[in-house]
Amino acid sequence: MKLTAPLIYGLIACILLVSAPHVEHLPLWVSALCAMLLAWRAYLTATGNALPERWLLLLVTLVCVGGIAFNFHTLFGRDVGVMLLMLLGSLKLLELREVRDATVLIYLCCFVIITNFFYSQSIPTALFMLFTLLIIMATWVHLQTGTLALKPRLRIAATILLQAIPLSLLIFVLFPRVQGPLWGMPQDAYGSSGLSDTMAPGSMSKLTLSDAVAFRVTFSSPPPARDQMYWRGPVLWNFDGRTWTRGRNISPQQPRLDKVSLPVSYAVTLEPHNKLWLFALDMPIKISTPADFLPDFQLLNKAPVNARLRYNATSVMSYLANLDEQPQQLRRALALPDGYNPRARELAAGWRAQNTSEELIVKTALTYFNKNAFEYTLEPPPLGSNSVDDFLFETRKGFCEYYASSFVFLMRAAGIPARIVTGYQGGEYNDLGGYYILRQSDAHAWAEVWLQDRGWVRFDPTAAVAPGRIQNGLSASLPNNSALPFFARTQSELLHKLRFNLDALTNQWNQWVLGYNTERQFALLTRLGMEDITWQKLVANMFAGVALLVGIFTLFMLRHLRLRDTDAVQAQYNKFCKKLAKAGIERATHEGAQDFAERAAQLKSQHATAIRDITAQYLALRYQNLHDANILQAFKRAVRRFP
Amino acid sequence: MPKQAQPSLTSSVINSLRQRFRNWAFRRTVETGTVELNQRRIYILPTRQGVGFGFVLVLMLLGDINYNLSLGYVLTFLLATASGMSMLHAFRNMAKIEIRAGHIEPVFAGEQAYFVFYFNNPGKLDRHQLHLHDDNGHHTVFDLPAQQHAEIQLALPATQRGWMDSERLTLYTDFPFGLFHAWTYIHFDVRCMVYPKPAAAQPLPLTSAQNGSGNLPAAGDEDFSGLRNYVEGDALPRIAWKALAREQGLQVKQFAAQQGQALWLNWAQLPDIAVERKLEVLTRWVLDSDAQGLLYGLRLPDGEVAPQNNPSHRAECLQRLALFGMSTT
Repeated sequence: MKLTAPLIYGLIACILLVSAPHVEHLPLWVSALCAMLLAWRAYLTATGNALPERWLLLLVTLVCVGGIAFNFHTLFGRDVGVMLLMLLGSLKLLELREVRDATVLIYLCCFVIITNFFYSQSIPTALFMLFTLLIIMATWVHLQTGTLALKPRLRIAATILLQAIPLSLLIFVLFPRVQGPLWGMPQDAYGSSGLSDTMAPGSMSKLTLSDAVAFRVTFSSPPPARDQMYWRGPVLWNFDGRTWTRGRNISPQQPRLDKVSLPVSYAVTLEPHNKLWLFALDMPIKISTPADFLPDFQLLNKAPVNARLRYNATSVMSYLANLDEQPQQLRRALALPDGYNPRARELAAGWRAQNTSEELIVKTALTYFNKNAFEYTLEPPPLGSNSVDDFLFETRKGFCEYYASSFVFLMRAAGIPARIVTGYQGGEYNDLGGYYILRQSDAHAWAEVWLQDRGWVRFDPTAAVAPGRIQNGLSASLPNNSALPFFARTQSELLHKLRFNLDALTNQWNQWVLGYNTERQFALLTRLGMEDITWQKLVANMFAGVALLVGIFTLFMLRHLRLRDTDAVQAQYNKFCKKLAKAGIERATHEGAQDFAERAAQLKSQHATAIRDITAQYLALRYQNLHDANILQAFKRAVRRFP
Repeated sequence: MPKQAQPSLTSSVINSLRQRFRNWAFRRTVETGTVELNQRRIYILPTRQGVGFGFVLVLMLLGDINYNLSLGYVLTFLLATASGMSMLHAFRNMAKIEIRAGHIEPVFAGEQAYFVFYFNNPGKLDRHQLHLHDDNGHHTVFDLPAQQHAEIQLALPATQRGWMDSERLTLYTDFPFGLFHAWTYIHFDVRCMVYPKPAAAQPLPLTSAQNGSGNLPAAGDEDFSGLRNYVEGDALPRIAWKALAREQGLQVKQFAAQQGQALWLNWAQLPDIAVERKLEVLTRWVLDSDAQGLLYGLRLPDGEVAPQNNPSHRAECLQRLALFGMSTT
């Protein structure tokens, strides 16, 4: 097999398809570079020019790798790894010299598909994966068939893919799942699947696009109201004008709660998120797993949570937190970067001048958010360097982090100690299991303000803008605007139904495909009647099932191999015999065709010639092994015309 | 010295062991008639690329487990089962193909012998990229569309005079992905006649008869006995061009042959040179005499062929020369 132009185009298509989903989270210059390299290759193929010299390729490679190293300051990690793979694939195409190189490229394409699943595992992604696989397989077949046209190649690839689908589903269900990572993961392996310890405009809204489960909660005492469920995560103190970070707690003091209400107890099953923090209701007082209790009421695990973790915790819903907060902590809670957001400072100073009590200032701020046509949206317009000013006075559209951030900024500018708390809010109650599910889409940011005699008090500026978000969850609070998918905007009954079905489908997908883990596997198989599930049993069943399916496929696949012309010939001859039998001349089982013909010719002398002719043609076709379509056609015609 | 001999010794031992294993594992019978490929004849093993792809799949599976990528599992299983199914497709690409050997034209030593095989695909499926090769790397590739025949020639160099066996040939396919190598051995009971390589141009020997050169006299000679229809292989000088001009078709002049005028190509006349050289010279003479339309006979130590001039005579002479001194006939 030579590296023909159609093959090269096929390979270019493969690389394009596997790279395309990455474009949205790669820097523009990397995508553009890949596209240019592919276009270069296509141009060389179309014009028949020679491939570039090795030194030139080496230079381009070095420039690419250097560019990535310069841009990202590393050559490791998920994003950088994906970029390197894509660039490598495009460059490999430029030095494609042998069929073996093409094979390597095909393997690379298969590998790059999998990297996309770090970012998205939705139904469209799965369908796109199938399409990509089809094209890759058709190109792969091309390597082995050379001149075969695209259509038959696609047919071969589709056949194999269609056979592979039921087999792989079976294996997917039965393959023993291994819990937890096998080795340490790169820090950014789960970039989109959890809270981070920094917060910038846009970071939360990105997170809420993910339906992944963050943790599940089972209450052993009556659960609090939904709008009281603030699941506390990282507390952010430091602001550099754009991004909030945790900073360092300088107080050695233990957190203290006074005047607590009755405690609420619950068990949390936390999905691995590769970070230290544990989530608990505001404010936790007890936790079963060994954890650090930080002065700002954060719970930190001893090691990053990289396997599912279950712990019991107890919280109190009303409290006075750290009434005697250390002065250095209060100073941290007042620090603002110089030179940013002059208008916000001015506004806060105005409030300070008008109001004597700090509670009144807080109330004024919340009223400000409520009254000034702020909009709660997942797709806020971008902000400039004075992000708080831009948000408060220009765009007025944002997600929870925008509100929390500007609220805390205003408080600090007004001289009230404040900090940002991130975590999750609410939860979706599962009737069947009797537990709450907290998803990444429930990620939330709110504010805590330290007031004399009340300690740290939680205020949620988002609730002032979109109370529905806190009471009923995210989807209830978003207005009907462009941020929502098409289905959500229309009022048509049918489309509504469709949307709900689609939503249910996505939910099933999340539960059964993406969330298919050891527990679900056991639950499903037990429901199907399997007992005492062990991994040996799973493997045995898996192989048995695969063998059965492959056996069925084999039967179907080998069906048409032996079909001969002679079978068609025999069928025609049988028809001829039937016609004679109708006329009263029946062929005896021992009677040879020739003898039968003679007997029939004598009995039906008016058709003697026809009978002899047909028999002669039959014998020639059947026993002289003649494979001639014309003779066969003539034979068929003769039999058809025979009275 | 022993140090140098060592590797060649071990490699030869390995080679002979491998050969023995092959003889034991794969039947070495010689086939006659039509052979239908079935599961007992088709062997399948993964190729090097196949093993490599397996390695890639293991890597992917480890990644899926580590990062708990559900869709990754799906993709990995899809690729794994697709490559597993490709084994079945490789088998199907060869199964139920019917093969029989065809007639093989004699050749001269040093030329290519064309072994002819008829491949029949009785089924409704196209067969792709079938490779036919011998153990020395002579190779041909073909496709076999549904319900069609193909006459496939495999050119093998004929090096020695005598009967040439095709030896065991391998028919294989790497379709569809090149991950699996499906192959079968075919060894038919057919052989190719290899005539000795003709020597460089040589003057013909003087005839043993009295009238000199032995060249046939020109047309109009008194021995002319009539015309007969042209048969393929007749020498050009004997075509009756005048008859052709009279639109009587292609005719050949016939001469009444007389023993005395025949040219004897005699082994004993040759100088004392190697046996093979003698055969080569005689081959050249047979070809030249035949081309010139001479009546010629061949006298060898183990017998003689009476003088004649026609294609079958030529073939007989050449075959006698090819098989000279060989025990098999």
